[in-house]
Amino acid sequence: MKRLLVVENLEKRYEDLGETGTQEVLALQGVSFSIERHSMLALVGESGSGKSTLALCVACLERPTSGSIQFNGHEITALDRKQLRAMRPKIQMVFQDPARSLNPRFCALEIVGEPLLVQGRLGKREREDRARMLLAQVGISQEKALQTTAEFSGGQRQRLAIARALALEPELLILDEALSALDCSVQAKIANLLLELQSSLGLTYLFITHDLTMAAHLADKIAVMEQGRIVEQGVAGKVLRTPDHEVTRRLIAATPRMAAAAYVPQAV
Amino acid sequence: MALLLEVQDLHIAYCSRAKKVSALDGISFDVRPGETLGVLGESGSGKSTLASALLRLLPGNAEIQYGAVLFEGLDLLRVESRALERIRGARIALIFQEPSLALHPTLRIGEQISDVLASHQALSRQALREKTLRILEEVFPVEPARIANSYPHQLSGGQQQRVLIAQAIACGPSLIVADEPTASLDPTTQKEVLSLFQALREKFNLSLILITHNPALLTGLADRVLVLYAGRIAEIGPTEEVLTFPQHPYTRALLECLPGRHDEQATGSKPMLPIISGEAPNLAALAGGCRFESRCEGRMELCIQREPAAVAVSEAHEVSCFKYGG
Amino acid sequence: MRYLLRRLMQAAFLLIGVSVLTFLFSTLAPGNYFEEMRLNPQISPETVAALRAQYQLERPLPLRYAQWVNSVVHGDMGYSFAYKSPVAPLLWVRARNTLLLTVIATVIAWVLALPLGIWSATTLGRLPDRALSWATAALLVIPDLVLALGLLILAVRGGWFPSGGMVSVGFESLSPVQQFRDVALHIALPILALVLSALPILVRHVRAAVAEVLQAGFLRAAASHGIPRRTLLFKYALRAAANPLISLFGFSVGALLSGSLIVEVVMSWPGLGPLLLDAILARDLYVVIGGVLCSTIFLVAGNFLADVLIYWADPRIRTRAATR
Repeated sequence: MKRLLVVENLEKRYEDLGETGTQEVLALQGVSFSIERHSMLALVGESGSGKSTLALCVACLERPTSGSIQFNGHEITALDRKQLRAMRPKIQMVFQDPARSLNPRFCALEIVGEPLLVQGRLGKREREDRARMLLAQVGISQEKALQTTAEFSGGQRQRLAIARALALEPELLILDEALSALDCSVQAKIANLLLELQSSLGLTYLFITHDLTMAAHLADKIAVMEQGRIVEQGVAGKVLRTPDHEVTRRLIAATPRMAAAAYVPQAV
Repeated sequence: MALLLEVQDLHIAYCSRAKKVSALDGISFDVRPGETLGVLGESGSGKSTLASALLRLLPGNAEIQYGAVLFEGLDLLRVESRALERIRGARIALIFQEPSLALHPTLRIGEQISDVLASHQALSRQALREKTLRILEEVFPVEPARIANSYPHQLSGGQQQRVLIAQAIACGPSLIVADEPTASLDPTTQKEVLSLFQALREKFNLSLILITHNPALLTGLADRVLVLYAGRIAEIGPTEEVLTFPQHPYTRALLECLPGRHDEQATGSKPMLPIISGEAPNLAALAGGCRFESRCEGRMELCIQREPAAVAVSEAHEVSCFKYGG
Repeated sequence: MRYLLRRLMQAAFLLIGVSVLTFLFSTLAPGNYFEEMRLNPQISPETVAALRAQYQLERPLPLRYAQWVNSVVHGDMGYSFAYKSPVAPLLWVRARNTLLLTVIATVIAWVLALPLGIWSATTLGRLPDRALSWATAALLVIPDLVLALGLLILAVRGGWFPSGGMVSVGFESLSPVQQFRDVALHIALPILALVLSALPILVRHVRAAVAEVLQAGFLRAAASHGIPRRTLLFKYALRAAANPLISLFGFSVGALLSGSLIVEVVMSWPGLGPLLLDAILARDLYVVIGGVLCSTIFLVAGNFLADVLIYWADPRIRTRAATR
């Protein structure tokens, strides 16, 4: 099965309570795309374009109003609780704000071990071993294993979040603006980590971001969203060099960048 | 040329229980009228401390150990509170990070702007209302009245940021300090906000201190760039010079690790980004030498022994690195 | 609006639920008024049986409940066996007395708690705050009962205040001004007892709410605009700290009828408390149910009032955030 994830005609509506009464909001309309195994699709768009809603639907944290999501050939939009529980380990998510997505009272080991505990598969000793291994895999030193996240930097917290997401050996990892809250130098490190993990663990990524430059650097394909629709998608380099849709052009124009031939690496 | 703001040898530390952690260690720089100074710094560099310190808005456990901040002849660190209240918002305005946290949750926008005006100018209710609308028009050309009537949670992140800008320009200050003004915004909104800064800067002849961790934001906007690392100035100079020909190893390494600078033509495996190895130093346990030494590729014996002093590499460009002397 | 209607419905359901439970527990509790009467050798068993038949205590429970609901809706809350009078007027008089006591006490407690709490929050960690913390802790530790007894002893020993009751003998013959003074003297100590027991809780809540807001980002941002300290504290800080305090205020209102029981009993204040206590001991069914229902109505009304106030005060509840 070459395509790990196939989404067809996904639609999501929900009600929004405003001062003028409730309105129906169409968060996703007719969204269709696919992700091939071991590749990375970047989903870009402005705030409110529906990127996060789409991520939540793919991760089965929200139920779409209509449409189909096929993971590994199986339809996952209408699973019952038992099937959902069996399916969850395969699709995991990393969120934007590492401070708020990690429990501040747990130490690193507990955080990474939590999914294992919930799924109830391994014994205590095995859980701890696996947790330590995961921490090593993401580059967190063993001394920090027993510290709480209060003592971690932003980049370290995000590594922890990634380790936690890897605990159940997922096939698809969804990164919802996972790099956006980090400093530039830290973004580079985490980006490298993601590439390493992709090749060593054979992961497939859905990378949601509004940073086009990082998307261009990391992703194989790019899909551009606006107001709940995908307006353009294709190979990353092509979409960014020769954009078709006006929204893509606008995003490219708006991306802050250093002047083209600006930086000249210099030896001292 | 008379300087608008002059920061002299600022030393600020945070005290917790028995420890004192140095946040800013000997920061000196100045801002000229009409100039935009970009402060480039990552987490832990001391940039937010710097922003708060300028208006003496540091948290309770912060200690100003040494230094002065001279503004229009007054030392803001020593002037009495009444006088400082008159300067805050009216002569110098601060735009904090995270607009959603910087606005009062249950007061309408119009009122939050009127309050700023009312604190510095004696205006009738009617005049306050009119002036508030006019200020909102500067940042919201469309529907300023609707925004004035809204509550912060009804606005998007970009709109909230504009409200903060409106509050900042309300009383016509000569200097605005913006701390990560585009942090949580998407690119289009980011561009709008930065253009807004440019437009307002020209219209009102403002001086700007723009604090950010993203160097790309400073091109085209900042006249000079100050690079902050671990509480000290690594490098300061004209923007094009610092960002095109960075002299300090940290600046160089930082610019190197931005994506988009390397040829993306390669098909097959993607290139790994160059990174700055190691982590920022623990400010509670400094060894005494150059603070970047442990991560620097060109480190020398001298770097462990003492901290480098600032050396001029060209007319307006200074670096604190032993490679250039110091 | 829908939000408020929903809250109103919840309140109504709560009332119904409580009335059912009270009715159930009261009737199921072992012993009833007539059992007590039977133990009294002066009353013949035939009289007891006749009275029981008269009150139809043999009928099935749901039927009795339905009958009771029906009569309550018509204003008839049943009959008190002990007082041999309808329950409703009995409750009304006692409730009025209790309200007089508790409303004044609540107002005084809040009027004192707000400035003390704010003072504490603005001097966090320093002497005023520490002193107040000690004082409130000490007051918290002392049970209501001990406080009331202590004040009673003071009254008896000192002689400045009457030692119980609401009015002195010969009240009716006094002039209105003298009547007012008489009640005031009687009510002073019970109020003091209630205020002293409520104050520590209120002060701590105010302190916590204000202290949290003083840390908030928007306060520093407002300070950076040069907004004067006064405005910062009284307009910006207090408004933001209002939410938890309004909920607490709703609770205060809710506890108006029930919170003063011990003080009333100890100081012989003729309120709802002593009435309920006697009724429970005497198994006076309808008084008990009526009394509990009254208290519940107040509690529910108090919470609903808090809901309305928060709805009015916090725009975030009135409207949802804009879709981005």
